[in-house]
Amino acid sequence: MREGMQHILQANGLTVGRDGKALLSDVQMTFPAGSLTAMLGPNGIGKSTLLRTLAGLLQPLAGQVLVHGADVHRMPATGRARQIAVVLTGRPPGGMIDVQTLVALGRQPWTDRWGRTRREDREAVEHALVRADAIDLRHRQVATCSDGECQKVLIARALAQDTPVMLLDEPTAFLDLANRAGIVRMLRSIAHEEGKTVLFSTHDLQLAMDLCDHMVLLRRDAGVWQGTPGQAMASGELAKTLEGSGVAIDHRTGTHRFMP
Amino acid sequence: MRGKGGWLFIFAAIGLVMAVLGLAFGSVHIPVGEVWEVFFKQVDGPYRVIVRQVRLPEVLTAAVAGAGLATAGLLMQTVFHNPLAGPGVLGISGGASVGVALAMLAQPLWAASLVPQDLLVAVAALAGAFAVLLLIMVADRRLGDGITLLILGLMVGYLCTAMVSVLQAASEAKALKGFVLWGLGSFAGMELSRLPWLALPILAGLAGALGLMKPMNALLIGDEQAGSMGVDVPRVRRRAICLTGLLAGVITAFCGPIAFLGLAVPHVARAILRTADHRVLLPATMLLGAALALLADVIVRTAGGGAALPLNAVTSLMGAPVVLWVLWSGRQWGRR
Repeated sequence: MREGMQHILQANGLTVGRDGKALLSDVQMTFPAGSLTAMLGPNGIGKSTLLRTLAGLLQPLAGQVLVHGADVHRMPATGRARQIAVVLTGRPPGGMIDVQTLVALGRQPWTDRWGRTRREDREAVEHALVRADAIDLRHRQVATCSDGECQKVLIARALAQDTPVMLLDEPTAFLDLANRAGIVRMLRSIAHEEGKTVLFSTHDLQLAMDLCDHMVLLRRDAGVWQGTPGQAMASGELAKTLEGSGVAIDHRTGTHRFMP
Repeated sequence: MRGKGGWLFIFAAIGLVMAVLGLAFGSVHIPVGEVWEVFFKQVDGPYRVIVRQVRLPEVLTAAVAGAGLATAGLLMQTVFHNPLAGPGVLGISGGASVGVALAMLAQPLWAASLVPQDLLVAVAALAGAFAVLLLIMVADRRLGDGITLLILGLMVGYLCTAMVSVLQAASEAKALKGFVLWGLGSFAGMELSRLPWLALPILAGLAGALGLMKPMNALLIGDEQAGSMGVDVPRVRRRAICLTGLLAGVITAFCGPIAFLGLAVPHVARAILRTADHRVLLPATMLLGAALALLADVIVRTAGGGAALPLNAVTSLMGAPVVLWVLWSGRQWGRR
């Protein structure tokens, strides 16, 4: 991690779980501004739970999450929504709604109690649609969008929320290779060019290695590890993560292959 | 959102035309010009009595009840993320019916009390509606599945019908006749002096619903996602459900269990406006609900050729095809 970088999002001694049962204990993490982090780990280890707890949607069992030094779980809901935008897995549940209206919902933390949009709101929506490459979709019904288009629309909605932190739960699930690469590249440029702190969970090891600034590895026995893809490789932490999984890392090329 | 506001004026205009037709048509046909004179000139005569004391209360009842039922339907469809939710389908009208049956059929038991009959029926209907709503709310949290919830609602509805049948079998002929007539549904027979009992709770319910437009929009992209945008989802759901219970309960108490208006009107409004944005959809649903209830009332009074048709049959004939069309074309709810 470069020196002097501002740490926007921070987890201190965080224990997360559901119904009082801890999944991950005493997690220590920091995420600097302008960085893209991928969170990897096996199914059921608590990626979604950790992400939702970081987002303030779930209460932690212990510890705290700080955004700009303020405790996420003690903020008023609207204040939190101005700091953290979230994109959860899956398509929106339906109803007849066009892309532009859905993206404009991201302005809710900023609009008055009737949800009236002012000029800066409309500009933010416009900017978000362009940034997420969804501007051509603006008049389409969301229900008619493909999974790849839908993901762009949901990212545009999070962008319209205009927050320093963006958290995404498996944004590359259900997408083909090109769309997966496209989405992660977009997240990378959003982080780098807009100075946002972007964290997403994924099962795409290669995309994380190639395109992300940081990785968070969640392991059942070895706990949580955070660092750059290069460090993950050099320190052997990645190999340790994949131990016994039948997947081998080639340290020369930084790629992995499945053992028969 | 922009460009859709014009539809509100069109729906309001349709509603006004329907209201005028409602004042003019019936067993006695009154020329529209005469209707005008009754309101704006001092003329006496039979028309004045018919228009002001019989038809005006009926038209007002139909308008507020239609707007209220349609709003209740839209609230439920959004809150439960279920296109087939509505006061009838989820058994809320059924719960209200049990309340009304208890109040009307077990009348001898209450006769000694000083509570006015109207109030008693209304309170009983509200209690029944809220009892079912609470059950649906708990079930929704436990089941988390739209189809199961609908089936549960239908079962509750059957249970309510069965309970009402048992009450009917055990009651006197006179009380039974009143109850059976109530069950057919009607906007008629409301005196102007009693109208506020119906209209005020409904207007309060409509105002409350308008206050929920912004958070209801957030619910369109999912409860959890709405929470991430600063919406207190449990509170919004509680409010929407209380408003639904108030609207469906009061209307069922006074007008009977009116089928399909609550379920179908939001779909017609959505299909015309092509948006689920509550900032236009909710007012549009209110206006269209009023207009279609007025239309149903005109049909009730004119199509039967002297004898009034049962309102419930008319609203079912209008609403059921809409629901069938929604099921058939499912696309608009994102099921492909």
